[in-house]
Amino acid sequence: MSFINYSSREINCKIVYYGPGLCGKTTNLQFIYKKTNPQARGKMISLATETDRTLFFDFLPLSLGDIRGFKTRFHLYTVPGQVFYDASRKLILKGVDGVVFVADSQVERMEANIESIENLRLNLSEQGYDLDTIPLVIQYNKRDLPNVVSMEELQKALNVRNVPAFEAVAPEGVGVFETLKAIAKLVLIELRKGTGG
Amino acid sequence: MLPNLVLYEEEFNLVTDVIKRLVTSANAKVVFLVDKNGQLITSSGHTEGIDTTSLASLTAGNIAATGGLAKLIGEKEFSILFHEGEKDNIHISIIGHRVILVVIFDEKSSLGLVRLRVKKSGEELEKTFAEIDKKAGADTSGLGVDSPFAEITDDDIENLFS
Repeated sequence: MSFINYSSREINCKIVYYGPGLCGKTTNLQFIYKKTNPQARGKMISLATETDRTLFFDFLPLSLGDIRGFKTRFHLYTVPGQVFYDASRKLILKGVDGVVFVADSQVERMEANIESIENLRLNLSEQGYDLDTIPLVIQYNKRDLPNVVSMEELQKALNVRNVPAFEAVAPEGVGVFETLKAIAKLVLIELRKGTGG
Repeated sequence: MLPNLVLYEEEFNLVTDVIKRLVTSANAKVVFLVDKNGQLITSSGHTEGIDTTSLASLTAGNIAATGGLAKLIGEKEFSILFHEGEKDNIHISIIGHRVILVVIFDEKSSLGLVRLRVKKSGEELEKTFAEIDKKAGADTSGLGVDSPFAEITDDDIENLFS
């Protein structure tokens, strides 16, 4: 659910990074934070455990510049990926405008990817959204590791909708901005259609 | 699922006016109005030195988490939260199930006074937001009739990233 303020001429959209535990959601945000001009971003907030696992969410506000005289702001959130934090994941999806599904490309995480995308479908529908229609981008992370599943297989298992998908190595930034740009575009196009939210 | 929140100048000024008056009447340091998804709607008082964007996001997270707790014990929501600090305190309340009113105050005020004033301002805000919702309901797109976004081109979007 975007928030349009005609008085301050601002539009705010919410993007959520979703995916199984340790797939690299927080790493995506950290890289974006590191590489963005300080004037264009706010503080990054991470509500994490002592062992740096996301406990509730990470939050990063970004300004992308003007569109037709309106400042466009994107609020990026991650969810906690670990299975038992499901109640928290549901809360973070409230009011989402676009979702980035970050998959872990390693063979042994394939089951976790599938479980997580099914969990995303369920949690979205509880909030009144549909995984088959919401702006969605998929990122296949950890492509630099030796034991990865082929792109073809990943696409077949996770990208039934054939949405934009990117290969990534998040700690090095490979594919990170491509993913962000793609989801921001989809959200804005949805807004143009007037069906946003 | 709530429709897009669209605030036009007129309603924005109405809402901001209520917030401004609340700062004075409650002797507060700062008052914020945040939407349940974590977006700051408006603020008044000594906001300098406060990261308002982070505050909005964390407040919404806080409300969402306590809302989850409420459901677990069979409550609809906890409409008021209060956090007491050494110097400053935060009073958080949910207005009309959709926006969050945050009042930060110190020893110059008291919890009793804040609660009393928040109650009155809350009623005014609830009325205004009900009207905003009615307006949004009449316009099914959730965007204004003269939405500036209906006309955006692929180039406009592309330019954001150049």
